[in-house]
Amino acid sequence: MNLTKKTMSDLYAMMVRIRYCEESLVGPINTGEVKTPCHLYTGQEAVAAGVLAHFTDKDHVFGTHRSHGHFLAKGGTMRQIMAEIFCRETGCARGRGGSMHLVAPEVGMLGAAPIVGGTISLALGAALAAHIRGDKRVSAAFFGDGATGEGAIYESLNFASLHKLPMVFVCENNLYATHMPIRACRNSEHIAKIAEPFCIKTWRVDGNDALKVHAAASEAVALCRAGKGPAFIECLTYRFRGHVGPDDAIQGVHTDIRPKAELAAWLKKDPIVRLERYMLGRKMMSAAGIAAIKRKAEAEVADAISFARRSPRPAPRDLEKYVCK
Amino acid sequence: MSANRRLSYSLAINEALHQCMAADRGVFLIGQGVNSPWYVGNTAQGLLERFGGKRVIDTPVSENAMTGAAVGAAIAGMRPVVEHPRVDFMLYAIDPIINEAANWHYMSGGRSACPVVIWGIINRGGEQAAQHSQALQAMFAHIPGLKVVMPATPYDAKGLMVAAIRDDNPVVFMDDRWLYRDEDIVPEKIYSVPIGKAAVRRKGDDITIVASSYLAREAVKAADILHHEGVSAEVIDLRTIKPLDTAAILRSIKKTGRLLVADGGWRSFGVASEICALAAESGIGLDRPPVRLTLPDCPAPASVSLEKVYYKHCEDIVLTAKKLCAR
Repeated sequence: MNLTKKTMSDLYAMMVRIRYCEESLVGPINTGEVKTPCHLYTGQEAVAAGVLAHFTDKDHVFGTHRSHGHFLAKGGTMRQIMAEIFCRETGCARGRGGSMHLVAPEVGMLGAAPIVGGTISLALGAALAAHIRGDKRVSAAFFGDGATGEGAIYESLNFASLHKLPMVFVCENNLYATHMPIRACRNSEHIAKIAEPFCIKTWRVDGNDALKVHAAASEAVALCRAGKGPAFIECLTYRFRGHVGPDDAIQGVHTDIRPKAELAAWLKKDPIVRLERYMLGRKMMSAAGIAAIKRKAEAEVADAISFARRSPRPAPRDLEKYVCK
Repeated sequence: MSANRRLSYSLAINEALHQCMAADRGVFLIGQGVNSPWYVGNTAQGLLERFGGKRVIDTPVSENAMTGAAVGAAIAGMRPVVEHPRVDFMLYAIDPIINEAANWHYMSGGRSACPVVIWGIINRGGEQAAQHSQALQAMFAHIPGLKVVMPATPYDAKGLMVAAIRDDNPVVFMDDRWLYRDEDIVPEKIYSVPIGKAAVRRKGDDITIVASSYLAREAVKAADILHHEGVSAEVIDLRTIKPLDTAAILRSIKKTGRLLVADGGWRSFGVASEICALAAESGIGLDRPPVRLTLPDCPAPASVSLEKVYYKHCEDIVLTAKKLCAR
């Protein structure tokens, strides 16, 4: 598929924004300024950016504990996310949710939650709502390989298929469920196959290739909009950082058990570098264009961090403010 | 339109669903057996024919994802009612109910809401044993962000279902099959019973009996018997377990000085315990220590010989109240 220059540059810019957001957090996490558990998205940017390029503000998305990328790619603002990660009143969830509960209903980011597999059925419900209303919206659930151990995903696949719901299941297979390598969790590394018994069309793509993700998602979303959903996309990817925090140094103990050679091999498949090379090679973007995108992202992140730092924390008197509506 | 139209408890729920679905296109019913009287009695009759299969969805046996789907649809702007033919089966859905629905408004800083009704039917007796009998209102009432209602009368069954559907928060609606055939006057128009307001069913001076659902009905019968035996009992039907109408309870015990709480759940850490704690913390000097009339801390048995001593009814309330009032 031939993408326009504009589409490709938007895709690239989104990935860069996500990367800069994530990497800017390494310092504040290490100094203890940011305490909320941050599951950084570095390395997986092509998935959020590639899939959500096909979603409008009216479409619905649910994420996970690792959803900084989903939030930004769905249209949430850098200031909102940064202020939430700094747990400020100006954050997207007013400092009540932190890194794992990013929400921007105004652009269809309906929420994220760290109960593994827990939001898959919520996205199922958003698709059911679209089906009942007949409003052509599509919903997506993002989840990791670890979520395939949960029963709710199979229940959701079955029901989505039974009612032909407009839902895209997006599995970000990064080969590790926290500390557990995939082969210690399941006999087959081929996750897309789990959707096949439910008669669901599947894609299995290189999740570090933004163009491949973009192409698969284009077909999957079109299928859903045509009333022929659901769809299942498995993106093979890898997190460059720890499960939580920059390097899984939890209470002083380095817990990342991934082989160094494995990490090094994946670093060579950096999705941002790959798209950059592709665009430069085809003269779809100049080095100056790329530098400008990076500068803009850097400035946006710096502004957001400064905004977060000068924003107030929630007032103690407001502790019980949002228990009930 | 008759002002004195009588309707059964179960058909009052049915009417609430009909009227809410007609009034708001965002309301839909989803759950196991919604098209089967085997599961839901006549509470869902006529809905499928009137509103179609897109809004009346009988589901595979899939409590977790079906409840999650209702929660997700609510977050996406609908007003779903997700039905569980037994409270026991709802336990598969604890994650979407507690982790997601109950916390949703709070953890989004008020940016998002989850107006879902989680309808759990208490269905016990008949030698059904421990997994077809549980009444878990205390467990749900423990959770911040959840409201819990338990209607005792046909009027409240309709009005509380309407209120639950209209509420912007997740509401656990628990009804009781033992009440399904009770008949009373139920207005034909749509109306709601306010969530969080108890009702004084009998006025009295000697003892306050706090109860809900089936035991509220039994408490009213008990009060009438006690009246003939010279004991003036005030009956407070909670109607809503959470938020609890603390003012109604405290007002009454201040007057009577005696408190009997009857609850269809277990004794320890239950609704009755909460109300006794409320009384103790209020500093209102009771004439006698309060008494809890509940299930023993024991799973539901099968054999009818055991069921007879397990479940509490009118006569248990009468006996306990008389003991409490004896001088």
